[in-house]
Amino acid sequence: MLEVKDIHSFYGKSHILQGVSMALKEGELVCLLGRNGVGKSTTLKSIMGLVKPSEGSIRFNEQELIGKRPYEVARLGVGYVPEDRRIFRSLTVHENLLMGIRNGAKKGGWTIERVYEQFPQLKQRRENKGGHLSGGEQQMLTVARTLMGDPKLILVDEPTEGLAPLIVKEVLEMLAAVRSSGVTVLMVEQNFKASIKVADRFYIMGKGHMVFDGDTEALLAAEEIRRNYLEV
Amino acid sequence: MSDFPVFFLHGLAYGGLLFLVSAGLTLVFGMMNVLNFAHAAMYMLGAYFSYTILRMTGQFWLSLMICPLLLFVIGAVIERFLLRRVHVFGHVHELLLTFGLAYIITEVVKWVWGNFPLAVNVGGFLGGTVEIFGITYPLYRIFIFASAALVGIMMALILYRTRLGIILRAAVNDSEMVNALGFNVPLVFMGVFAFGAALSGFAGVIAGPLLSTYPGMANEILIDAFVVIVVGGFGSLGGAVVASLIIGELQSFGVLLFPKLSLALVYLLMSVVLIIKPSGLFGEKQ
Ligand SMILES: Nc1ncnc2c1ncn2[C@@H]1O[C@H](COP(=O)(O)OP(=O)(O)OP(=O)(O)O)[C@@H](O)[C@H]1O
Ligand SMILES: [Mg+2]
Repeated sequence: MLEVKDIHSFYGKSHILQGVSMALKEGELVCLLGRNGVGKSTTLKSIMGLVKPSEGSIRFNEQELIGKRPYEVARLGVGYVPEDRRIFRSLTVHENLLMGIRNGAKKGGWTIERVYEQFPQLKQRRENKGGHLSGGEQQMLTVARTLMGDPKLILVDEPTEGLAPLIVKEVLEMLAAVRSSGVTVLMVEQNFKASIKVADRFYIMGKGHMVFDGDTEALLAAEEIRRNYLEV
Repeated sequence: MSDFPVFFLHGLAYGGLLFLVSAGLTLVFGMMNVLNFAHAAMYMLGAYFSYTILRMTGQFWLSLMICPLLLFVIGAVIERFLLRRVHVFGHVHELLLTFGLAYIITEVVKWVWGNFPLAVNVGGFLGGTVEIFGITYPLYRIFIFASAALVGIMMALILYRTRLGIILRAAVNDSEMVNALGFNVPLVFMGVFAFGAALSGFAGVIAGPLLSTYPGMANEILIDAFVVIVVGGFGSLGGAVVASLIIGELQSFGVLLFPKLSLALVYLLMSVVLIIKPSGLFGEKQ
């Protein structure tokens, strides 16, 4: 479904992604691990078109994504849930959800009613301003907002960052449920222990490129890699 | 203070005009983070276009419809072919571009229409007077305030009652995220910039008969408009409404009470607001 091949991305002159490759099959929940600053977020931004890779290729269902603008990538069915959540602060919860509906993307998948069913807390707070939600609620909202666009693939950047352990569990369960509903998920995580419960497969990133690709068993076996490339 | 009603109404009229100029300025800044120095120059173009249309046809209402359309097109072209290209180089370049455009427009105006004031008369029904608060008052100034109120109400309805409004308000918060959710943000930016230009053109037509139409009129209003968006809070439409009225009245009564200090009063107000609430009366961030 998604095939990233040898992409190179820069911020100004700093060469951040130095040949990143990865592939996702439809229906998978894949977790991208790695230390701070290795380029995990930049990888997601490159797929989304928020950062433009100078080399390589990114194919999504046989379509080349490099050179497309973010809204064009979104319209192809890629949803983006950013690191810092980026809720529209001055919009209500309900309006935030409405922002997720893409023009002309009504396929009868996710509707506002279904979102409120799945996330009752959001329903309770529907008239509250996005800026007034707790961290956990904001995370629910940002995922729900993206789901409103009926994506085939969602890119989720550190969904559990800064959340209490109980909420972490809830958020990961929510992502597992999203996957069960037929959406492919690529998730960036620092929290290796928590993500191991939900992910099918893992990538580990070193500085600017991938150093590991394998399932849970392989990850648990690869002690050396974990020691060198993950925070313990 | 028997002059009170007169100065109050003068203040409302000038406040209305200021709102028409600053609404577009603050909207563009809120969304695109561009402080458009050419905004007032586009307002001036509106006034000059209107002068020519009035000379040719004598139809004020016609001018009031055509000039905003012309400025809409000019705004769209400026955004699409100049601002968008410069955008990647950062804010300073965008600022310099709009600064340069303001200069160019001013020079073109001097070259085409001459470096002297032109008289514009509304005539007809709008040129008359009405009885209000026990005084006889020019209808035209009331018309200015009424049009500003109408424009303000329409903008508020669009912003708070339509889907487009939700998209626009979201873009003020975080336009990149709006883009990533599948909305053609570059197109939205072009539309907003063009709409801002059209509003300034509308204001220019209206200003013609009130103030004089001359090449310095852009800079004259630009200062007040900047003060309005600083005091009201960058990007806030509600702030622009309140601040326009305050500055309008302040200017009007300032002339009455402290003729020499009326401009200083405006700066004084701005300083006080900046000290007490640096983000402006209705501003959110920073
Ligand atoms: N907008 C930017 N401009 C310049 N450099 C940036 C920018 N964003 C990120 N970087 C740098 O690029 C590198 C990779 O950043 P990235 O955000 O992709 O890392 P990450 O793996 O997601 O890290 P984290 O776990 O901290 O989120 C870092 O060294 C960072 O400092
Ligand atoms: Mg990151």
